[in-house]
Amino acid sequence: MWTGAFGAVACLTPFTEKPRPCDAAPGKHMDGMLKALTASWEALPYILGGIWWTLGLIIGAMAVGLAFGVPLAVGQVYGRRPVRRLVSLYVWLFRGVPILVQLYLFYFGILAYLSRIPALSFLHLDSAFAAAVLVLGLTSAAYQSQIFRGAIQSLPEGQLKAARALGMTDATAITAIILPQALRLSIPAWSNEYSILLKDSALAFVIGVLEIMSRTRSVAATTHQPLPLSILAGLIFFALTWAGLKALKTLEGKVRMEGYSHQGSL
Amino acid sequence: MQNESVVLRVENVVKHLGGQRILDEVSLTVKKGRLKVLIGPSGAGKSTLLQCINFLLPPDEGKVFLDGREINGKSKKDLLWLRQRVGMIFQDFNLFDHLTAMENVRVALIKVKKMDKRTATHRAMEELARVGLADKPGLYPAQLSGGQKQRVSVARALAMDPAVMLLDEPTSALDPELIGEVLAVIRDLADAGMTMIMATHQIGFSSSLADEFLFMEKGRIIERGAPSELLARGSCSRTMAFCAKLSELSGEMGG
Repeated sequence: MWTGAFGAVACLTPFTEKPRPCDAAPGKHMDGMLKALTASWEALPYILGGIWWTLGLIIGAMAVGLAFGVPLAVGQVYGRRPVRRLVSLYVWLFRGVPILVQLYLFYFGILAYLSRIPALSFLHLDSAFAAAVLVLGLTSAAYQSQIFRGAIQSLPEGQLKAARALGMTDATAITAIILPQALRLSIPAWSNEYSILLKDSALAFVIGVLEIMSRTRSVAATTHQPLPLSILAGLIFFALTWAGLKALKTLEGKVRMEGYSHQGSL
Repeated sequence: MQNESVVLRVENVVKHLGGQRILDEVSLTVKKGRLKVLIGPSGAGKSTLLQCINFLLPPDEGKVFLDGREINGKSKKDLLWLRQRVGMIFQDFNLFDHLTAMENVRVALIKVKKMDKRTATHRAMEELARVGLADKPGLYPAQLSGGQKQRVSVARALAMDPAVMLLDEPTSALDPELIGEVLAVIRDLADAGMTMIMATHQIGFSSSLADEFLFMEKGRIIERGAPSELLARGSCSRTMAFCAKLSELSGEMGG
């Protein structure tokens, strides 16, 4: 399902992979270096096609991180002692194990096992893409939870008191009063999480997700031109970081609390 | 006076905070339409008492009755019932910063009273008009003056149709020139027959409205009585001494 969706997106784009026509570049006298450079240049659409996989990875991972990070933060601030302990354990685990190691553990271990459960088969948990989204997302959730926790704790105590005094349950007070404010305050730190995830997503090549880095490597292996291709990959990642941060900055301005000033820029 | 109904009764409330006995067996009764005024030095327990009444700080001992019903602090249902009927005004307003003035008044109507949005909006506008802010529904707390914020918070509490209002030093965080507009709103409430308990240092203002002054010190109510009676007892009274000091500092005090 995951693979299918993003494969379909990739096919619809102008960056669709084509057979690399190395042999189409003629010239008996063309020197080997030039030939290789040409081959790299012609591989450009193929590498750019990786953008969709990279974007799929980080959007998926940020969504998973948000979906898990918010409840983790709420649990850590308002939960009873066992809940707080559990959240701390989660955060320590995912902060403590390298993403590379987790990718192997999830792809070859946990998810390979879970995907055998028939009820979960529709999730295609055995796909490399699903494994990478989960690993990046669950790790991001650990970091995101600490961003949200800080934001929740920075709100004046009176906000919760006033909500309770109006007869709101704690659940209502948190969803209607605390989180709308805390999430707004989190956006600057959250933007940072986007750029971290973008770069971490390059690790997904080790389990075979066809994102920018894995395509760059496979082209480099055939053209023997790692340097220009690495520069190209770097530029693509830089452009994605820049565009994403611009978009998040715009979002920050849109949902900003009127008169509640937060100075600063990227 | 005997046949008026008792709205709120507090019996022997004790509260410890940080190992200290902040409230020491405090009792009081408020009848419908009356204003009780808590006075006394900072740290006397006025604010703690108000927060014990709606269980923002659950009392360690003692009982709270609203409309004759004893509140069980362990029962969530009781607490929500109580808090919907007890309006609270805080010293530092505690408006919700992400909501406009109108949305601040409306949010509990929608989320707690489950009113539909249109009815709630209509009601919120009425309450804003009542506190003289009909022209500012779209402004956020950060765009309002202190006096305006406090009036929004009064509107927010009034929208819930409270049986009793607790006012915790409603003017203490305000610039002197903004105090008047908030006091005027409180006077209107008292004139309209709202039942209230107010902690304040505005002795002069409240002595004309209060039905009883309760003077608190070290977690106890040490003197109580009608304002005129209490202030007339002479300088040997602790209340009188405290009031004299207040008026000395502010340079104004009158009936």
